[in-house]
Amino acid sequence: MEATADKNQSRLRHLLTEQLRNIAPVFTLLALIIFFTVASPSFFSVVNFMNILSQISITAIIAVGLTYVILTSEIDLSVAAVANAIGITVAFFTVQPDYVNIANVPMPGVIAIVLTLLSALAFGLITAFGITWIGIPSFIMTLAIMQIANGVSALLVRGQIAYTYPDLVTVLGSGSVFGIRWTIIVAILFLLVGHLVLSHTRFGRYIYMTGGNREAAEYSGVNVKRIIASVMIISAMCSGIAGMLAVAYFGSAQQNQFDTYLLDAIAAVVVGGTSLFGGRGGIGNTIIGLLVLGVLNNGLDHVQIDSFLKILIRGLILLSALIINVYAQRLKDSE
Amino acid sequence: MSDHSPGGGGSPPLLQLTNVSKSFGGIAALKDVDFTLEAGEIHGLVGENGAGKSTTMKIIAGVYHDYDGEMRVEGKPVHFRSARDALAAGIGMVHQELSVVPELTVAENVFLGVQPITKFGTVDWPRINAEASRLIGSLGLDIDPTTRMGSLPVGLQQLVELSRVLFSGARIIILDEPTSALSAPEVKRLFDVLRKIKGEGRGIVFISHFLDDVLEISDKITVFRNGKKVITEAASVLTKNDVISHMIGRGSVGMHMGESATLKGDDSKQVTLTAEHMSDGKYLHDVSLKLRSGEITGVYGFMGCGQVELARALFGKLKLKRGNITLDGKPLRFRSTAAARGAGIAFVPENRRMMLFRGEPVFKNISISILDRIHRLLLKPAAERKIAERHTADLQIRPPKPDMLLGSLSGGNQQKVALAKWLTHLPKVLILSEPTRGMDVGAKEDVIRIVKSLRDRGVAILVLSTEPETVLTLADRITVLRKGAVAEEFNTGLIHKADLLAAA
Repeated sequence: MEATADKNQSRLRHLLTEQLRNIAPVFTLLALIIFFTVASPSFFSVVNFMNILSQISITAIIAVGLTYVILTSEIDLSVAAVANAIGITVAFFTVQPDYVNIANVPMPGVIAIVLTLLSALAFGLITAFGITWIGIPSFIMTLAIMQIANGVSALLVRGQIAYTYPDLVTVLGSGSVFGIRWTIIVAILFLLVGHLVLSHTRFGRYIYMTGGNREAAEYSGVNVKRIIASVMIISAMCSGIAGMLAVAYFGSAQQNQFDTYLLDAIAAVVVGGTSLFGGRGGIGNTIIGLLVLGVLNNGLDHVQIDSFLKILIRGLILLSALIINVYAQRLKDSE
Repeated sequence: MSDHSPGGGGSPPLLQLTNVSKSFGGIAALKDVDFTLEAGEIHGLVGENGAGKSTTMKIIAGVYHDYDGEMRVEGKPVHFRSARDALAAGIGMVHQELSVVPELTVAENVFLGVQPITKFGTVDWPRINAEASRLIGSLGLDIDPTTRMGSLPVGLQQLVELSRVLFSGARIIILDEPTSALSAPEVKRLFDVLRKIKGEGRGIVFISHFLDDVLEISDKITVFRNGKKVITEAASVLTKNDVISHMIGRGSVGMHMGESATLKGDDSKQVTLTAEHMSDGKYLHDVSLKLRSGEITGVYGFMGCGQVELARALFGKLKLKRGNITLDGKPLRFRSTAAARGAGIAFVPENRRMMLFRGEPVFKNISISILDRIHRLLLKPAAERKIAERHTADLQIRPPKPDMLLGSLSGGNQQKVALAKWLTHLPKVLILSEPTRGMDVGAKEDVIRIVKSLRDRGVAILVLSTEPETVLTLADRITVLRKGAVAEEFNTGLIHKADLLAAA
């Protein structure tokens, strides 16, 4: 009798340990929704919910790629800078109004988009090459790429602002269909495909195994370098596409307009519960993380809080997520 | 200070152990060991793996403190609580794995942690360099103290570490496998230094598997077997064969599994893999090897003999400087372990943690190496579970539940899972490093049975081990490695453990 009770208890403990990283973000999300609903009459509505989705849609596309990277226990600090550079690149290949003084190279829309996607691919390839071939830690390599992407942005616009993009980009970035913004639909598509690939393909399994125990993956005959190269390229492509849509979403392409996106994307992945040490988590976690951040940012506007305090609160939320993340890992390791 | 009367008259021995016993969790590792080290003596310590040499030395060096029996240093009873205590009492140890800092200079390594300070509180570099130079010079060596440690060959790094131990004032010096990484001239230079040190009235314990080296340098030799001291004898009256027969025990030859074997190397069998002139520039020196279909080739050698590197080179994990590998007559150029796997080579490393995912269920651990055979694009977990179920039944993995987390299995069962990874689609070549180390008897027999049945199904198998029993139990032919080179090959006929020990 006592033995079964013990066993049940240890099973419960095991389940909690296993699920802490999944449960905590959901509770955080629910708590935030309840808090803002009570604190502000304008928060809980369909219109505002669509607002939140729209506000997190660009971050969501970046976060898909970043989830892949973090699952392999690497990091990509260049996501926002690459998004910025690629957003500017697509404008650079488009005819701009007369008053915009940029030495751009206008192309037909489709070619402009293809060239821009190739630029994103180039960023990904360089990052992948540096990490896997040369052996630079991803933290440093992507820091360098961040600076390079910022440099590309600066050189292309030279302090100017661009306003026009290929039609497809304009529609997807700023248009709507049936009253739903295209960016939301694109983000959902990215999250869905991202999830399916992670959980239902061989590549996805390799990502988890590489993140879980890189040495074991290698001794099992997994081409670990190819997996890491792939996730870095995927991350750059996601960032690039997010950047393209974002300039249309913002209505302008200029330097430094993605400054908050690096922290937001990392925060979304980590707050959602994907392990910083790799191998645990997934797109489901990232979705929760995105909603937590979206609700928080949006809700703080509704309660008329000091906008400077807002930044601090976001930092505190991120810190508590990190603590849970590390704590969950430690519980798991101590089993 | 120094005592120039080795073993002489009234002065007590430098170190004396009386009736020392030590057990780990109820299992006796040392039983009533007596050991005496005189000043001015080099005392060789030999025995097989697990005979009790390391345990004895760890007691002397203060690493273990819960032992029974008495230890005296220069006649005074001592019971060390820590390695620091032992050091303070004048006992210094140089480990097989050197504890030097390659980025620092020679002088900095000698004075590691005890740098002299000037009156301004800064490090006194002129003094450090001068002192280090004098110290190293007194060993008859000529090394610039400002050289970066990492740029020195291993033999010199070891001597610098030895000079650090001497500098700390140690009178009892324990050397653990000091010659395993050294070339012949380096061994000679080390021996010159050791003779010099012993002339100063210090005592040296020389632990080694290399019996020729032990016989050459030692004044006395003590042999351990199964946690007991078998004999202490003057080296001059012992031959290598005497030492070996003391190590493995008389009368036991041929009586136990793995004490001897009749090799059945069959040259008519088809060669699956040929490796020629493999060198990695560090651990492997011109090693050539043939693996035949339906045969188990054993590789035996002491720890650090290069078998770990050999296995990795064949699996694409270690880059070779020179050498060709051909599989079924086709040359192989590995870029990754994935390429090796694709070519049909499988590897189970000596440490199962290296290839298992503790936090994942058993079936995912098994399927990881064959995913590309099960699935085209989408995963089919049901198929993975089915395969895992088949293997858990075949290999008698307990409990036979594919969804169980790997980390909750016992060690022997984990080892079987590691093997199961490669069994769904038979590899052409299976490389097993220490396949039975640390396993209980039952699991060991299971693994031996599995490996032999794989051989009978035509797999070319390579078994590498530092345990002669493992190699003798499994192998159809045996290659002995010594310091990264092939020392001897045994292909047919009766062979005893003593032959392997003598060759290595």
